[in-house]
Amino acid sequence: MSWSTNIACRIPDARLLACAALIAACLAPPSSAQELRLPASASAGEAITISATGSGRATFYLAGPGISSKSEINLGEEIRIPAASLHYAGEYLAILCSDTCRSASFDVNPAQPATLSFLVHPSRVPDNQPDSVSGVAFPFDHFSNLVLAPLTVNFHAAGPKESLFSRSVSTHDGVAWFRTSSGKAAGALHITASIGDLSAQRVLAQVASDPCNLRITGARTPNGILVETAPVHDCAGNQVSDGTIVTFTAVGSGETSTVDAPVKGDVARARLTGSGPVVISVASGVAMGNELHIAGAEQ
Amino acid sequence: MKNIRKWTIIIALVSATVILIAAGLFQSTGARGTVGIAAGRALPGFALSPDTPEHALTILLNGVQRRDWKQALSVVARTSGLATSEDEQSFAQSWTGSSGSLRTYSALEGFDLWPLHETSNDAQIRVSLRWTTPVGPIDHVREFHLTRSGDGWAVLWTPTEQPAVPAQVIPVTYLRWDLIAGNAQGDAAWGAHNLDAPHVRIVSMNAVNSAEGTVVMGEVENVDTIPAFVNVNATLVGAGATPIDEENSFDKILHVLLPKEVSPYRIDFPGIDLAKVKNVRMDVKAALVPASADPVIGVMNQKMDHDVQGNPVLRGELLNQSGQTVNIPHVIASFSDSSGRVIWVSDGYVDNALLPQSSQPFAVQLPRSIASQVRSFHVVVNQYSLQNS
Repeated sequence: MSWSTNIACRIPDARLLACAALIAACLAPPSSAQELRLPASASAGEAITISATGSGRATFYLAGPGISSKSEINLGEEIRIPAASLHYAGEYLAILCSDTCRSASFDVNPAQPATLSFLVHPSRVPDNQPDSVSGVAFPFDHFSNLVLAPLTVNFHAAGPKESLFSRSVSTHDGVAWFRTSSGKAAGALHITASIGDLSAQRVLAQVASDPCNLRITGARTPNGILVETAPVHDCAGNQVSDGTIVTFTAVGSGETSTVDAPVKGDVARARLTGSGPVVISVASGVAMGNELHIAGAEQ
Repeated sequence: MKNIRKWTIIIALVSATVILIAAGLFQSTGARGTVGIAAGRALPGFALSPDTPEHALTILLNGVQRRDWKQALSVVARTSGLATSEDEQSFAQSWTGSSGSLRTYSALEGFDLWPLHETSNDAQIRVSLRWTTPVGPIDHVREFHLTRSGDGWAVLWTPTEQPAVPAQVIPVTYLRWDLIAGNAQGDAAWGAHNLDAPHVRIVSMNAVNSAEGTVVMGEVENVDTIPAFVNVNATLVGAGATPIDEENSFDKILHVLLPKEVSPYRIDFPGIDLAKVKNVRMDVKAALVPASADPVIGVMNQKMDHDVQGNPVLRGELLNQSGQTVNIPHVIASFSDSSGRVIWVSDGYVDNALLPQSSQPFAVQLPRSIASQVRSFHVVVNQYSLQNS
């Protein structure tokens, strides 16, 4: 028997069809003239065969996620449902009507995982921050069905100088996740999620934290007081990002001068004015540095 | 009989007109002591002879309003050194601005005069100048000295020193951040491409009642390693959790914050009494934007002072340490008390452009009631450059 190609993919139609067939099945008197034999379960994207006992002609309806169909069959022959009709995981309803209507449902389960959606947050993270990196993985089969069966996902994170962690997590309801601390070294952090041969990789930037132990030096020149920092690092020894603002403040003779200068190549430089003795301090964000006492210019 | 009456009327009208014109020409102008009232324009061929200091200054300022430099210069004392046409051009430029500064987009809307001192030979007058500008009305107070000149009065004009920038090459080595919109075609997987918005945080917040209404102010910091475009919003919540009003920091903030940069912000709620406010909801929005670390502007010689009217001000000088002209510098200052709490935020636009390697003075006002509590201040400079816009 050949399967009718009368397939409609509009779900409202499928629901209407299924409802109409169910109502017909419920109103019809019970009969043992035909019987449906369905597989206990099926896998998405695999063809199945349904047996229908009895004899004569009958109408077969199939309604499921994203499909509704109607076909004329001969009772006693096998009904073959092609793989193309079973792409979506979920519950399907088969209805067979001749004198009376019979119905039965069966489940189509997701197939083997074929893709792994992997989300990692954030895209930038300061180093040495506890519980600052999180990731979540969703396994999907070839037909984009979320694989709900428990699977083991291997998470692995590797920083520029160290392997941060390796962890195996079982999916629960199709989701596996982790949370971890950022590493000590600034640079790219590669995080991989894998199930068997299937893997997905994300890269996030591990950046330096707040500057630590700021040190400045300075000298008076004909153009003013030139001050510059020693190479600016965070407490883990990472160079702070270029462009980080360092504020130089000079106080003297009841006046204050400030310059917000960006770090370039590890060092921030500024030119301050003032002819009398001044005290110069430095700060970046919440970090403070040393004070510098510059004597007044010679007259 | 009819003709005689007709001719009599015509002759009478013509005679009256001639008499009135003659009286108008030979009568001195009567703007004696008038404050801020525009004086009439002289008829061609007839020189104005201001008989009071106020009248002389009114003629000058009316000339500035109309951009009639000949009229304005007619009451400037010859001892002021405006001998050449270049001097006259410099006089005009001191009123109209240059280098795309805020003054070039401004117009003198009006003025008020306050005589401070007057003798038979000299006088001093304080003038409040009201400018209309693209960033709103701006008032300037300035003092003028006048001297008797013949039968009238003349304004002593002090030429403004324009910073002279020599021809030079300034190597720029500052940073720039470019933004690349990701192309998702290569790897369209869900979650494969994302870039978080910059992390910014409000480091302080204070709400006070001012004469104009409630003011919410504080400081915000970019704690990230990339530039951020920042805006701070505040919602005043009244009794019963009912929102009263919602406003944002508008131009009272340094919008583009480089990594670890801190900016004051101020949000005004005109006409709203703080006593009616039960809660303030703060919301800071940050977006990733391309940015440049150039130009670096130093804020030099900052000190608390008073203006000519005795109002407390923070004075200082902006020093452009780069090779780029800053057309419209905008100063934003936060003032903190002894506990480090921000108690006021003021801002002000600088009229003149900040040329490369040169400086410009600035002054921002703060309320008298606040001035005595100020222990420290933090000044940032917002800059608008024509070549970047």
